[in-house]
Amino acid sequence: MTRIGVVREQDGETRVAATPDTVAKIVALGYEVNVEKGAGAKSASPDAQYEKAGASMVTTAKAWSADIVMKVNAPTDEEIGKLEAGTTLISLLSPALRPELLEALARRGVTALALDAVPRISRAQSMDVLSSMANLAGYRAVIESAHEFGRLFTGQVTAAGKVPPAKVLVAGAGVAGLAAIGAASSLGAIVRATDPRPEVADQVRSIGGEYVAVEVDEKMESSDGYAKATSEAYDRRAAEVYSEQALDVDIIITTALIPGRPAPKLLTAADVASMRPGSVIVDMAAGMGGNVAGSVAGKRIVTDNGVVILGYTDLAGRLPQQASQLFGTNMLNLLKLLTPAKDGQLHIDFEDVVQRAVTVVQEGSITWPPPPVQVSAAPAGAAETAKPEPKPKKTMSRGGKGVLIGIGLLGLLAICTFAPAPLPQHFLVLMLSVVVGFYVIGKVHHALHTPLMSVTNAISGIVVVGAIAQLASPNLVVQILAAVGVLLASINIFGGFAVTGRMLKMFSKGGPR
Amino acid sequence: MNVEMLMTAAYIVAALMFIMSLAGLSKHETSRGGLAFGIVGMVLALVATVASLVLNLLGTPQVLIGLGLLVVVILIGAGIGLWRARVVAMTGMPELIALLHSFVGLAAVLVGWNGALDSEEVPANLLGIHHAEVFIGVFIGAVTFTGSIVAYLKLSARISSRPLMLPGKNALNIGALVVFVGLTAWYVVTPELWLLIAVTALALLLGWHLVASIGGGDMPVVVSMLNSYSGWAAAAAGFLLNNDLLIVTGALVGSSGAYLSYIMCRAMNRSFISVIAGGFGIEKPAAAGEEETGEIQEMDAASVAEMLAAADSVIITPGYGMAVAQAQYPVAELASQLAAKGVKVRFGIHPVAGRLPGHMNVLLAEAKVPYDIVLELDEINEDFASTSVVLVIGANDTCNPAAAEDPSSPIAGMPVLHVWEASNVVVFKRSMSSGYAGVQNPLFFRENAHMLFGDAKERVEDILKAL
Repeated sequence: MTRIGVVREQDGETRVAATPDTVAKIVALGYEVNVEKGAGAKSASPDAQYEKAGASMVTTAKAWSADIVMKVNAPTDEEIGKLEAGTTLISLLSPALRPELLEALARRGVTALALDAVPRISRAQSMDVLSSMANLAGYRAVIESAHEFGRLFTGQVTAAGKVPPAKVLVAGAGVAGLAAIGAASSLGAIVRATDPRPEVADQVRSIGGEYVAVEVDEKMESSDGYAKATSEAYDRRAAEVYSEQALDVDIIITTALIPGRPAPKLLTAADVASMRPGSVIVDMAAGMGGNVAGSVAGKRIVTDNGVVILGYTDLAGRLPQQASQLFGTNMLNLLKLLTPAKDGQLHIDFEDVVQRAVTVVQEGSITWPPPPVQVSAAPAGAAETAKPEPKPKKTMSRGGKGVLIGIGLLGLLAICTFAPAPLPQHFLVLMLSVVVGFYVIGKVHHALHTPLMSVTNAISGIVVVGAIAQLASPNLVVQILAAVGVLLASINIFGGFAVTGRMLKMFSKGGPR
Repeated sequence: MNVEMLMTAAYIVAALMFIMSLAGLSKHETSRGGLAFGIVGMVLALVATVASLVLNLLGTPQVLIGLGLLVVVILIGAGIGLWRARVVAMTGMPELIALLHSFVGLAAVLVGWNGALDSEEVPANLLGIHHAEVFIGVFIGAVTFTGSIVAYLKLSARISSRPLMLPGKNALNIGALVVFVGLTAWYVVTPELWLLIAVTALALLLGWHLVASIGGGDMPVVVSMLNSYSGWAAAAAGFLLNNDLLIVTGALVGSSGAYLSYIMCRAMNRSFISVIAGGFGIEKPAAAGEEETGEIQEMDAASVAEMLAAADSVIITPGYGMAVAQAQYPVAELASQLAAKGVKVRFGIHPVAGRLPGHMNVLLAEAKVPYDIVLELDEINEDFASTSVVLVIGANDTCNPAAAEDPSSPIAGMPVLHVWEASNVVVFKRSMSSGYAGVQNPLFFRENAHMLFGDAKERVEDILKAL
């Protein structure tokens, strides 16, 4: 039976790669799960709960010697030394940034799956640990900034004076950015957001933010779901936007990351210096070089003019329970994909783009980078213009209509001129009734269409009047036919009125009932 | 003063009553008054007619047969009518109304035949006109009769609701009209009985064909169109019998039915003329290859319940599927439970949802959903964007984004409920099959859409349990 080891993280990491919840599901996939003692202590998952879920609690050495080792952060050199050849390691590995780590793993002869290399395609969303962590981090960034910020987020008018709402700028409307926008706006702040991709404007607005566009004559379209590096003209204009915003807002949360590259610098030292004392900046990209001049990864910095810059890199880890649960679920979903038969046998299929992409080291050889996967996240602009124009509806020309109306009027005129006595009167009655019918019905409420129809139905049973009159005929056949007519029409009259009454009784207005 | 004058006076008052009745029915507040006016008008007209019949018959040999027949058939008719009206399920309303239309049609045919068989009293100079009137009355009545029967059969699923596609169906319809005009001219010149039989048969066939070539999804239009036809049939009988009350009433019903059809047509983006003509150009979707497909996300009832409990506002858009599953009671219960939790619940009704104009409103009213939270397309379409969850219960084409976004779609331009603008959409559906228009619905593949498969009633009950 394949044995999975869930190991304890280094100090400073609060998350764990599997929670009791996900362990139970991994066991259901046919695996034997060994959890290192105390692995879940920091995320409120005591050992007893793991045991209840079907795992056995083991020593450090036993956990590292499993067939599959599950971990949150990339292993240190010392930890790599604990891995046995042929082991499969699943964790965050940042393959693009840390080639030396991949080499070390390859030398060790292991297979390494990088959870952070899941491609951004819809099918793989359930394993996208970057998105699930970014979501939490974005929320936490707002909470951290609120903690540092000496004021309310929401505006109020109180007896003691008016409190203005906080103004928050979120740079980058990716998953983290959107989560931050949502959290900040639900706290009552005025939230603005920037992003080089104009197609996110609607998403920003949908969660309560205001999209600040950087007006340059070029569009950023990303084919793989991530933001790309921007052009020079764009950068110049963006820098101006950030300088303007820095003067105005109280809190800035930067989330700009470009995969495989250092984070772009968005706020200069001058911008930071221009902010009011007491303002807060959360640089969520601090671990990747930082978006803000002066931010230090993992540190809280206070500038000379009293601006707090938070460079925390463990924002998601500051919500350890939820972060572990989401991380563990992403991990579980990957395992599900890799265990198609649910028989506890790990099976990596290189034909599958997801499995190909996450496998960065296979049995001692580096398999990074994978062939590129193209996702069309941007609306296909070219395809739209190719669509056929809708066929114009055939409508009668104005002239044609006029001629028809003219013919109709002339015909009516002719009939009424030449028709003998009672007929013109009948036509008059007919026309007036038609007009009255149209106007009377014109404003009918949609909900009353059915009752209206059943009432008109009952009323059209008036044809009974004709049939009754014909009952007086001396001709027996006529009398019988007339009787059948009366029968049918009276079903109509009584049935129609009764059913209308039943329906109308049901319509009732709201309010307490 | 004699009885004829009294009858005329009664007819005028009755006609006015009918107009007031229709006017009253255009608003909820006045609708019951409208019904009362209609009944009073009808009683007045009947009493006057029967009184005149009695006076006419007194002292003639037919008095016993005539009066006896009258009493017996009215009693039987009233019995059947009241019984049907009491037992009909609100979901079966479309069938009942279609059936009632067919009775008016048949009664008009019989009146027309009687007019032909019993034409001794007609003055010579009016004889030709009388013959033409007989023909027109019989023709309209017979078309209404078979058309309504076919509609009834389709609605009650006794025959397939698939449109019948005879080759050259438009030519057939127009041909039938031309033959009708020809036969009428012939009959005016030489009134022979076989001509009358021929025209009756022709009209019966035409009525059958008109409705048979219309698909089940267009039934709301068909039913109101037949309503209109039944009115014109009564009006034609009025011309024949020299009876202004019949003309007034028939024209009222005819024009109001036509106007309702017009509203329906606008709601489906179809041409009014082509509907009135029947068998309106149903085109099969041309480019099947371009159909949008993708992955759907399934959701279970418990998660839907969770989502609903956490929502600020919920809009429920029911369709024919709700009627089929008889789900209106659990849906109403769901709405009131959510409202009790402080969720803003409203209903969005598409004009052609169901198989009868206003069908959904009647069902919801039956389940005691207050009518002021049941809104129309125009009233609610703006609000979808600010709604947390939309429940699409048994509706398909009426909330198809292709109508609004894809100009090459067969239903392009039809006004639809913009449900996809909401944060989350839950679609209750029995399977992945397409709706009556035969168009695939890209809504199901949207990222914010979740499918909840199964019988709508059972699923809603599951949600209620989970709440």
